[in-house]
Amino acid sequence: MAAKIGPSLWKFLDDRFMLSALIAFGKKKTVPEHRRSFWYFFGGICLFLTAIQIATGAMLLLYYTPHIDAAHESVQFIMSGVKFGWLIRSVHSWTANLLIGLLFIHMFSTFFLKAYRRPRELTWITGFLLLVLFMAFGFSGYLLPWNELSYFATRVGTDIAGSLPIIGHWLKTVILGGPEVGQATLSRFFWFHVALLPLAALVLIGIHILLVQTLGMSKPIGERSTKEIPFFPDFLYKDALGWTLILVIIGVLCVFLPWEIGPKADPLVSTPLGIKPEWYFTFMFTTLKLVPAHVLSFEGEKLAILAFMTGGLLWLLVPFLDRRAALEKRSPVFTWAGVALALYIVILTVMTYTVPKL
Amino acid sequence: MNIRAIRLFAAAALFAPLLAFGQKNSCIECHNKLDDELKAPAVGLAADIHAQAGLSCKDCHGGDPSQDDVDKAKDKSFKGSPKRKDIPQFCGGCHADAAAMRAFNPGLRTDQLSQYWTSRHGQLLKAGDTKAAVCTDCHGVHGIQTAKFPKSLTFPWNIPQTCGRCHADKATMEPYKLPTSQLEDYKASVHARALYDKKDLSAPVCNDCHGNHGAFPPSVSSVASVCRQCHPSTGDLFTKSPHKKAFDDMGAGECEVCHGNHKILPPSTAMIGTDQGATCVQCHDKGSTGFETAAEFRRELDGFESGFRTAEGLLTQAKRKGVEVSDVEFRLQDVNTLIVTARNLTHGLDRAEVAKAVTDGEKALVEVRAAGEKALDEAKFRRRGLAVTTALLALFGVALALKIRHMTRARGAGEGRGSHS
Amino acid sequence: MKRRNFVDIFLGGSLLATIAAFMYPVVRYVLPSRSAAGGGVQKNVVAAKAGELPPNSAKIFKFGSSPAILVNTAEGQLVALSGVCTHLTCTVRFDTETGTLFCPCHNGRFDLGGNVLSGPPPRPLEIFAVETSGADIIVSRKG
Repeated sequence: MAAKIGPSLWKFLDDRFMLSALIAFGKKKTVPEHRRSFWYFFGGICLFLTAIQIATGAMLLLYYTPHIDAAHESVQFIMSGVKFGWLIRSVHSWTANLLIGLLFIHMFSTFFLKAYRRPRELTWITGFLLLVLFMAFGFSGYLLPWNELSYFATRVGTDIAGSLPIIGHWLKTVILGGPEVGQATLSRFFWFHVALLPLAALVLIGIHILLVQTLGMSKPIGERSTKEIPFFPDFLYKDALGWTLILVIIGVLCVFLPWEIGPKADPLVSTPLGIKPEWYFTFMFTTLKLVPAHVLSFEGEKLAILAFMTGGLLWLLVPFLDRRAALEKRSPVFTWAGVALALYIVILTVMTYTVPKL
Repeated sequence: MNIRAIRLFAAAALFAPLLAFGQKNSCIECHNKLDDELKAPAVGLAADIHAQAGLSCKDCHGGDPSQDDVDKAKDKSFKGSPKRKDIPQFCGGCHADAAAMRAFNPGLRTDQLSQYWTSRHGQLLKAGDTKAAVCTDCHGVHGIQTAKFPKSLTFPWNIPQTCGRCHADKATMEPYKLPTSQLEDYKASVHARALYDKKDLSAPVCNDCHGNHGAFPPSVSSVASVCRQCHPSTGDLFTKSPHKKAFDDMGAGECEVCHGNHKILPPSTAMIGTDQGATCVQCHDKGSTGFETAAEFRRELDGFESGFRTAEGLLTQAKRKGVEVSDVEFRLQDVNTLIVTARNLTHGLDRAEVAKAVTDGEKALVEVRAAGEKALDEAKFRRRGLAVTTALLALFGVALALKIRHMTRARGAGEGRGSHS
Repeated sequence: MKRRNFVDIFLGGSLLATIAAFMYPVVRYVLPSRSAAGGGVQKNVVAAKAGELPPNSAKIFKFGSSPAILVNTAEGQLVALSGVCTHLTCTVRFDTETGTLFCPCHNGRFDLGGNVLSGPPPRPLEIFAVETSGADIIVSRKG
C-alpha cells in the first residue's frame, strides 16, 4: 500500500506540474570545474543568506512594532521576553552584515573573472543593482530598533543625501518622509525594508538567477579545462557544505556576540561623538570626511558625491566598456582598476576604525 | 496743553531716536586710543550688564561725554574712579536704592550693601584695611555679568576660583593668619565633583554656606543649619539622635565633626564601624553602647552592600555573556536607593530603623539575585544549544563530504567522460 | 552498494536531525508563551488593581524600563508620575504627611503635578495618564 502511494502521488503532481520535464532539464545543468571554480560558490551562499534573512525577518515581524513609542521596546521584548527571540534577532543582524560582505566578495570575484562579459552583461547589471538594494536594506533596517546610534546614523546619512546638488533637499524629504528623522521616517523605512525593497529584490534576483540558468556559468578567459560536473546533485552538495559552515559561524557569532539593543533614541540629546554609519558605508563616509572643503571652486563634499555616482555608473556599465573582455581577450587595465577599487574600499574602511579623530 | 507744547513734544519724540543714535561718548573714544589699564574699561564695557541696561560711563563716573576736550569732559560732575574704601558706597549708590533699582530690575535685591557691612570683608574695610575684598574684587569692574551667565565671575562654577584668588593665596592671607587650603580641599570634595563633573548647578559653592555679601565663616552652631539646607532629612535624623545633645554640649559643629567642612568626601560605609579608619571610634571606646551600635550598623550595611555587589556582579556576568538583563537592572536601581536610605538612617542612631531598612533592601535583593541566576542559566542554555547544533551541523557536514567523495569517485570511475551539456 | 546506502542514510538522517534542531527554536519563538503577556509594547501598563491602594498611599511600579509611582491621594484621586528624580535619578517616595513626592537622596520635593517644590531637582517629573478599566488601573503616556 505504502509503496503504491509514492508513485501515484508523483504521477498526480507530474501530470499537473510537468515535473519530469523539469527534472530532465535540471539533470542537464552542469557546472565547469577548474582552478577558479571555487568562486562559483559565493553566489549560492548569498542566495542562502538572503533566504535566512527573509525567514528571520518574517519572524521578527511577528513581534516588532514600527512606532517610535514602541519600536525600541518591542526589540527589547524580542531580546528578553520572546523564546529564542535573541537568536532570531541576532541571526538577522549578523547575517545582514555577513551577506553584504559576501556580496562584495561575489561582485569582485565575478569582476576579476570577467564573468560580466558578453553575453552576461545583464547578470552583472542586475547583480550590481542588487548590491545597492541590499545596502539600502541595511540602511533602512538599521533604523528600525530606534536606538541612539541608528537615529543619528540615519540623520548623518540622509544629511549627505540632502547635500546633493539640485535634487538633494527634495530627495532627503522623500527619504525621511518629512523635514527630519521622526515617526514618518520610521514608518517609511519599515515600508522600504519589508515591502518595497523585498519586492524589487525578488524581481532582480529572479532575473539574475534566470540568466544564470539560461546562460550557465562563465569560465575565465582562456580557461582550457573542459571538465564539467552536474549541478544536481554534485555541485549542490558542495554548495551545501559551504552553507553548513556558514551556519556554524552564524551560530557562534550569535551566542557569543549577540546583537546589542543600545539606548532608546532621544532626538533632544546632542549627537554622540564619533557617530558613523554601518561599516559597509564607511569607505564613502570617510572619503567625505577626508576630502578638503573646497577643490578649485567646487565644494569638496559635492564633488566627492558626484565622483561616487560617476564611479558607480561606470562600474555598472563595465560589461559594455570592457571591449577586450567581450572579445575573450585579457584586459589588464580593467583588472587593475578593480584591484585599485578593492584596495580603496578596504583601506578606507580600515582607516575609519583605526585612525583616531577622523 | 497748547499747540506749541504739542509741536515741541512731537519734535522731541521724532528726533529722540536720532539723538540716541548720534549720542557721542568721548570717554570711550579717548580711552580706546590709550593702552592697557586705561584701555580696558572702554573695551570691557560692551559686554557689561550695565551697558546693556542703557547705562554708560557718565552714569557712574559723571563727566560730560559730549566733550572731546578732556578737561571739559571731566567737568564738575566728574567723580573719577573711586578709592577702594569708597567702592561699596559707590556701587551702593544705586544698588542699595530700591527705588532706583526698580526702574531696571524690580526683582533684584537691594540689601547687598547692608549685608556687606556685616561681613568680615566689610568689617575689615570699615576698620581701615583696604586690602579687604570689595564689590569689584568679586564682580569685576567694566564687563560685569549677571551671576546667571556662565562666563561671569559669580556664576556657580566660577565662584570657588573667584574666592580662591585671595583665600588660596598664602601671601594675601598671611596677615590675617587664615588658612589657604580651603579651595584645594573643596576641589577634592563630593560637592565639587557634582558641580564640575556632573554640571549640577545645585551643588553648593562658597557662597551657599558662607553667605554672599554677608560672607562670614559660619559659627560652630550654624554649620549644621547650613548643611540642613540641602540635607534636611539627615539633619532631622541627627536632631532626634543622642548625638545632637552630646555634640552641642561639647560645642562641636554637628555635621562637620565627621564629614569635614571643605573637603567633604563622598560618604561611605567605611566611615561607620569600629575599625581603625572609622569615625565612630574616635569618640566611642570598646565596650560602650556607641561602639556596639557602630559595629552593628557596619555589619548590617556591609552585608547589604556586599549582597548588592554580588547581585550586580551576576548581572554584569550575564550581560557579558549576551543575555538581556535591563529589566532586572531597573530593580537593582531601586535597591541602590534603598542603600542610600539605609545609610542615611544611621544618622538617627536608631538600631531598629536601620535594621528594618536593611531587611527591606535584602528582600528586594533576593528578587534581583534570582533574576541574575536565571540570566546566567540562560547563558549556559544558549551555549549548550550551540554545542548541540554545531555537533549536528558537523555531522551533516561530514555526511556531505563523504557523499561528495563517493560521487566524485563514482563519476570518475564509471563514466570517464567530461561535460554533459 | 551497501556503502552507498550507508552514506545516503547518514546524509538523510543528519539532514533531518539538523532540520529538527532548527525547527525547535522557530516553533518556540512563534508560539505565544505564558510569561510574556501581551508583548513588549509597554504603552499601557496595569499599575495596580482597583482598591489595592488605600487613600493617601502610593505604589512604585515598572513603566517601560523605569520606575513610576501611582498615588492615591487623600481625596481618593489617582495620579501617576515618573518615579525617577530629575536630580540624580534616585527613586522618589510619597510623603503621606504633606501629600508630596520627595526624593530621599537630597530631599528634592515635587507636588503631585510633578512640579519641583524645593531642593536640587532641575526639571519636573513627567505625568502619566491614569484610567480605571474594570478592576484594573491602567497607566499610559500622555498625548
